Amino acid sequence: MMRYSAFSLFAQALKKHQDWPEFWPDAAPKPAYDAIIVGAGGHGLGAAYYLAKKYGIRNVAVIEKGWLGGGNTGRNTTIIRSNYLYDESAHLYDHAVKLWDGLSQDLNFNVMYSKRGVMMLAHNVHDIQSFKRHIHANRLNGVDNEWLTPEQAKAYCPPLNISPDARYPVLGAALQRRGGTARHDSVAWGYARAASGLGVDIIQNCAVTGIRRGSDGAVQGVETTRGYIAAKKVGVSAAGNTSVIMDMAGLRFPLESYPLQALVSEPVKPVFPCVVMSNTVHAYMSQSDKGELVIGAGTDQYVSYSQRGALHIIEHTLAAITEIFPFTARMRMLRSWGGIVDVTPDRSPILGKTPVPGLYVNCGWGTGGFKATPGAGDLLAYTMAHDAPHRINAPFTLERFRTGRLIDEAAAAAVAH
Amino acid sequence: MFLIHCPYCDEKRPENEFAYAGEAHIARPADPSALDDKDWESYLYIRANPRGRHHERWRHIHGCGRFFNAVRDTVSDKFESTYKAGEPRK
Ligand SMILES: Cc1cc2nc3c(=O)[nH]c(=O)nc-3n(C[C@H](O)[C@H](O)[C@H](O)COP(=O)(O)OP(=O)(O)OC[C@H]3O[C@@H](n4cnc5c(N)ncnc54)[C@H](O)[C@@H]3O)c2cc1C
Ligand SMILES: [Zn+2]
Repeated sequence: MMRYSAFSLFAQALKKHQDWPEFWPDAAPKPAYDAIIVGAGGHGLGAAYYLAKKYGIRNVAVIEKGWLGGGNTGRNTTIIRSNYLYDESAHLYDHAVKLWDGLSQDLNFNVMYSKRGVMMLAHNVHDIQSFKRHIHANRLNGVDNEWLTPEQAKAYCPPLNISPDARYPVLGAALQRRGGTARHDSVAWGYARAASGLGVDIIQNCAVTGIRRGSDGAVQGVETTRGYIAAKKVGVSAAGNTSVIMDMAGLRFPLESYPLQALVSEPVKPVFPCVVMSNTVHAYMSQSDKGELVIGAGTDQYVSYSQRGALHIIEHTLAAITEIFPFTARMRMLRSWGGIVDVTPDRSPILGKTPVPGLYVNCGWGTGGFKATPGAGDLLAYTMAHDAPHRINAPFTLERFRTGRLIDEAAAAAVAH
Repeated sequence: MFLIHCPYCDEKRPENEFAYAGEAHIARPADPSALDDKDWESYLYIRANPRGRHHERWRHIHGCGRFFNAVRDTVSDKFESTYKAGEPRK
């Protein structure tokens, strides 16, 4: 693997940029691996990278039914933050934010992590109380989050409408300065390239169609559209398709898959410096480095695998956006798309072992797992290597839906992340 | 936007007249205190979430207000049929 640097850029420039090697080689499946990851999203590629880099398991394959990064990793609005209410969640998401910090250097690939700040608007007394509660809880967990007056919020984000006559007046805001965005495709490509450089096989256009188990019940390998591949450890990181794959192992999961849509405007000059979210109005927005305003909608109401949603959801979102940011009213929207998100009853992920020996799962990130990409990858790798969860993901078991020990961020957040 | 046939009104109406109400044919336990944790888990939380034929409830909330069931393919999003609540699973 070529190391990228100012020097390599210069050297390639002399060759008129005709000699850059491919990011990673396309691998064909071998008959057996020590570990297999199902799903080449950011989470799965991250898990493969950390297995090889940190946990000493290098004979690894990542199996992807389409192209890598073509699932939710390539479809999300890239908001990163860790100001979740419960201790378990704060530790989980902040583990990821800490990893985002050095990720470009670690991967030798620019993932464009930008700490531009994530601001959540309070529009009513309930919002104020709940955000302040979050701020206090976050501080106790060492997670930065601070309260802003409407004037301070406007100073941080000038396009904000803080007029007291607004339909949803801004009464204040919670700001996480370490929050922000990253370039989604670069995250997938960076992990893929670095993992591949450590010997991981990345096998695209290869769908897992079955999970083979031995007479002892333990995993033996996976059936795929390109033949059987043996492995004693299989980690499933397939987002919206997790229920389908778990069904292959005879497991039923507490998940439902919903379409979630996003859209972007025509590109414009920099007008929007940070990320703003409003849970009450149900809208959030940021501006990409290309200049597009990136707007996230809510989920469609029904279960679906179609990777598309309905237009009235987008209309509803834009109505809210123009209310808070009047300057957007005459902008044209360029593209909209949908991904399929896997939602758990308590809106917290499931990350750990399953009742099937050798089968591990990372799922249930729903509408908000991009921010967790490095952390989820690391913890899935840790869990697979040790056959036991790390203390950070230990509470995020599948069993919690039986014991009742939920981590109920649903009640705490209630909207897209 | 779906066009959904309400079996009570016997009319096809746009989706925004309807509210989705989750997986269909999940029976409320007859004797809740007899349930163990495993039964509660599957009643409250475990869902079929199939890629393909899905039995689901809808409510004609801005119409007749009634709940009914539907069979829809979750890949094509095409409705196979809708039928009145209480009718057997199709
Ligand atoms: C519109 C939208 C906006 C979002 N915005 C945000 C946001 O702002 N911030 C945030 O934190 N999160 C956001 N999310 C959520 C986030 O995208 C996901 O939680 C996250 O990307 C999940 O990561 P992943 O790697 O597990 O999933 P994916 O990238 O979806 O990877 C799963 C992979 O598994 C593959 N797969 C599935 N079945 C099989 C099979 N049988 N065999 C082989 N491979 C298979 C898929 O093809 C896919 O590539 C958003 C999601 C959407 C859809
Ligand atoms: Zn009706």
